[in-house]
Amino acid sequence: MEVFDVRVHLLWSDILIFILVASLLCFVVSVLKNPLARGRWAKVFESRIGAASFMVILFYVLIALTDSLHFQKRLEATAESTDVHYAPEMTSVLDLILAPMLDRDEKTYSAPFAIYSFAKENIESDDGTVVREFPRLEHGGSHITMEEQHVADIVVKSLTAIGWTLVPILIVLFIHHWYIRKEDSRLPWPVIYFTFAAIVVVSSWALQMSQYYHVLGTDKVGQDVLYGAIKAIRTGVLIGTLATLVTLPLAVLLGISAGYFRGWVDDVVQYIYTTLNSIPGILLIAASVLLINVYIETNPEQFKLLSDRADFRFIALCFILGMTSWTGLCRLLRAETLKVSQLEYVQAAHAFGVSRWRVIMRHILPNTTHIILIALVLDFSAFVLAEAVLSYIGVGVDSSMKSWGNMINEARSELAREPVVWWSVIAAFILMFTLVLAANLFSDRVRDVFDPRMSGSGDNS
Amino acid sequence: MLAYIVRRLLYAVPILIGVNLLTFALFFVVNTPDQMARVQLGDRYVSEVAIQEWKVQRGYDKPLLFNTAHEGPAAVTETIFFEKSLSLFALDFGKSDAGRNIAADIEQRMWPSLAVALPTFAIGIAVNIAFALFVVMFRASLFDTGAMILCVALMSISGVFYVIAGQFFFAKEWNLVPVSGYLSGVDAWRFLLLPVIIGVISGIGGGTRLYRTLFLEEANKDYVRTARAKGVSELTVLFRHILPNGMIPILTSVVVVIPSLFMGSLLVESFFGIPGLGSYTLEAIQAQDFAIVRSMVFLGSVLYIIGLLLTDISYTLVDPRVRLS
Repeated sequence: MEVFDVRVHLLWSDILIFILVASLLCFVVSVLKNPLARGRWAKVFESRIGAASFMVILFYVLIALTDSLHFQKRLEATAESTDVHYAPEMTSVLDLILAPMLDRDEKTYSAPFAIYSFAKENIESDDGTVVREFPRLEHGGSHITMEEQHVADIVVKSLTAIGWTLVPILIVLFIHHWYIRKEDSRLPWPVIYFTFAAIVVVSSWALQMSQYYHVLGTDKVGQDVLYGAIKAIRTGVLIGTLATLVTLPLAVLLGISAGYFRGWVDDVVQYIYTTLNSIPGILLIAASVLLINVYIETNPEQFKLLSDRADFRFIALCFILGMTSWTGLCRLLRAETLKVSQLEYVQAAHAFGVSRWRVIMRHILPNTTHIILIALVLDFSAFVLAEAVLSYIGVGVDSSMKSWGNMINEARSELAREPVVWWSVIAAFILMFTLVLAANLFSDRVRDVFDPRMSGSGDNS
Repeated sequence: MLAYIVRRLLYAVPILIGVNLLTFALFFVVNTPDQMARVQLGDRYVSEVAIQEWKVQRGYDKPLLFNTAHEGPAAVTETIFFEKSLSLFALDFGKSDAGRNIAADIEQRMWPSLAVALPTFAIGIAVNIAFALFVVMFRASLFDTGAMILCVALMSISGVFYVIAGQFFFAKEWNLVPVSGYLSGVDAWRFLLLPVIIGVISGIGGGTRLYRTLFLEEANKDYVRTARAKGVSELTVLFRHILPNGMIPILTSVVVVIPSLFMGSLLVESFFGIPGLGSYTLEAIQAQDFAIVRSMVFLGSVLYIIGLLLTDISYTLVDPRVRLS
């Protein structure tokens, strides 16, 4: 597709994520239609933690989605040929939003908000003598003429940025509050307002400050660390959702049929998951990724662009992660189906001659959805964490892809430096921790609502 | 009891055959030895002779399943499947692709792994149980809620960060312990201290939360209520009734990992430079030494299955109501 002077080039993972979002929307619509499910979900969002963590997850997903609209910029026509050429590297919509952080590379490391480089260089002063000094950064704080202004400038610019964002937000929230005040809403609006304001203020502050400084410093090759950490959100969110999506059909199909049909089906399914379970997970993943690497290396002609190659590896990794971790959910579903299929109403359905397929779809599946939901959200956070470990081992996502695992991996050597380069590991930590924490808290709430027996009765949260 | 164990061991055979077939398919059918040779030799345009030589040296030149060049039993035994895959059942791991004796390596490297994993495991359980009991003591209070949120927060931190932070503060900033390395013998304790501490800390979040649930389940049972109604003090209820009975599900759930402790931890061992089986596996993965990875996959499965067996046996030992049949 060619629109104006860009060519839309969606990667396979882009297409998958949009299919995923579409199916999630279908799920939401089906929940809204069903009053019982609606009431239960409302309970999830009526709790403060549930509402706040959901908003954080939503924010991450939005960033991942804007980062999944890829296109190639058209290159300037040269004198020799009038052919249209496109840049080999991909740009995403998110890159347009983050433009202030792009193309402002320094030479090497620099600390957050620094105006001087991290490494000394030989600088020739006006009278010709060469001094070994920390050079000024090319972009970071280049508007500052006197060093004394530095701190005051940061404070003033931060306050202005926050102020200019806070005022419109407060107006919007006030209007919204005034608008809904007549309705009897049980949602925890103060928490929602606060989370919303916090997310918007922090992101707008970071974006505005990036025009003047490197908010989280720069990395070894002088790239903005905050930019890299934000780009890594797509990798993290995608690995979590895609891998979870792979586990779902396998676990549901095998788990429910094992519990429902019993007999030899049960034996076969149990055999499969015990066998898979008995192989140390990380070894199976590593072995499979090694095999994918061999495939890529022996078939280079299939991957013309570097990003296509990274994307193939990425999807393969998600697939492998999913294939090796469906056993837990499968076992839970088998046990629950065994229980549910003994209940009176299922027996009654059988007695009335309802077909097996209909019994599964109408009675068994709806009564196991809470298990599936809880496992899905927990799996999501487990996959996000696994990515960091796998990238460290060297079987994670392609090193050309921005990911938290790759950032941590690079940061290891930086921590041994003197003075310490701490900012990239902190950046990866904060962004990753927020996402995983939100997912974990959200799954807790879902579990409390859908499966009260599991949560321990002493809970009053 | 003996008959039960024998039957369970027989049940393990098909699972191990499954693992064996799966690894065989992954390592030899999906990827032919030719492709392995190409990757190992590094060059995409490597000569056919070099590939052949590489395969002969490592015994990968034979047919996969059936050797038509031989008669009788040799037609089956002179194959990759028999020599490289079936031999694992006899715990004959053969030589690595780099020519080292895998069995000797394993024997030598399992001790450092054990030296890290065993204390981490034991201290970890003790600490988690202590914390969980403490939280259960204040159940349904603000402290309980706060502690649970803290646990979820601890669970949300990647293991890598625990290691990085621990090394940075304990070893680099405060100079309490060496950053990494290992010594054999008693001197090893200085190198083991930090990995064990970090292993314990990184497990606190998940462990405390799980054990709290198990203890709470016990705390809501009738006999506990009766004890309290009789006027037994809260502490006595906790330590005499809830703790021993809550230990049953805890112990039976951790037994399964005990044999796997031999395998060590990839992450901790490589970060701390401990020459155990975990870092051995990691080195093999990074050097793409498929022979070692294959052996470790098989060894891991054997240990896991032993763990399952131990779990079943432990059920009967701690809870006489469970009958082995």
